[in-house]
Amino acid sequence: MNDKAELVTFFVFAVPLLFSALGVVIAKNPVYAAMNLVAAFFFMAGIYVLLVAHLIAFMQILVYAGAVMVLFLFVIMLLSIGDEHLGKERKKAMQLVGVLGALGLLAVLWGAISAVPQAIPASVDPGKFGTVRAVGLVLFTRYLLPFEATSLLLLVAIVGAVVVAKERI
Amino acid sequence: MPQMTTLCLYLAAILFTIGLSGVLIKRNALIVMMCVELMLNAANLTFLAFARQNAALSGHAIAFFVIAVAAAEAAVGLAIIIAIYRTRGAVNVDEVRALHE
Repeated sequence: MNDKAELVTFFVFAVPLLFSALGVVIAKNPVYAAMNLVAAFFFMAGIYVLLVAHLIAFMQILVYAGAVMVLFLFVIMLLSIGDEHLGKERKKAMQLVGVLGALGLLAVLWGAISAVPQAIPASVDPGKFGTVRAVGLVLFTRYLLPFEATSLLLLVAIVGAVVVAKERI
Repeated sequence: MPQMTTLCLYLAAILFTIGLSGVLIKRNALIVMMCVELMLNAANLTFLAFARQNAALSGHAIAFFVIAVAAAEAAVGLAIIIAIYRTRGAVNVDEVRALHE
């Protein structure tokens, strides 16, 4: 019974997720693509919660749907791309070749995944797995050096973005 | 009925394919970057699925780093797009080919 409820919840999030991901690719206007991507991030966060990753799901909404997408929307508005840029898509034949190549990769991945043996997932306690406390403990003990390197990476990204985007410093 | 982990792996594979096809067929650099974010999310989903399968929290730590790297990548990439738009007036990825010619 519990398994069935889990599966139903999975599809409740997975099907709209696929449609909004397709919307990102199909949309001609970048604003619509960005809105579809925000929806995709929210559905993705739902699947993360289903995988008992509460902290990552919360960060997904805060960082992706909050910060990164606001950045994208600001740039879209800043560039104010006119219709002369939007109309020019690639040739249909080239698009077909691109989709075929991507589908080839999907076939390879599909074969690899179907070869993975089905195992019963380990049982986890939702009160102790994926919480801020548990993930923080791992981040600040085993992954302390990568964590600090991440802060350096973000600093470099901030300075780099300002240097590249500013006309005159 | 397949396990939850396997379903998540299939979902991540489909999402990665959608993102990759977007990168291949779109010309607008902004949409190409959005599709790259989609691919990074698919990778994250795989990490979290295996973390759930093995009850290992390392997958969550890696997902955390992927989110941080994606944020840095978005900031620098969008700055580059703004700089290119300012100097060349173009946002299409195949109109920027100074190194190619």
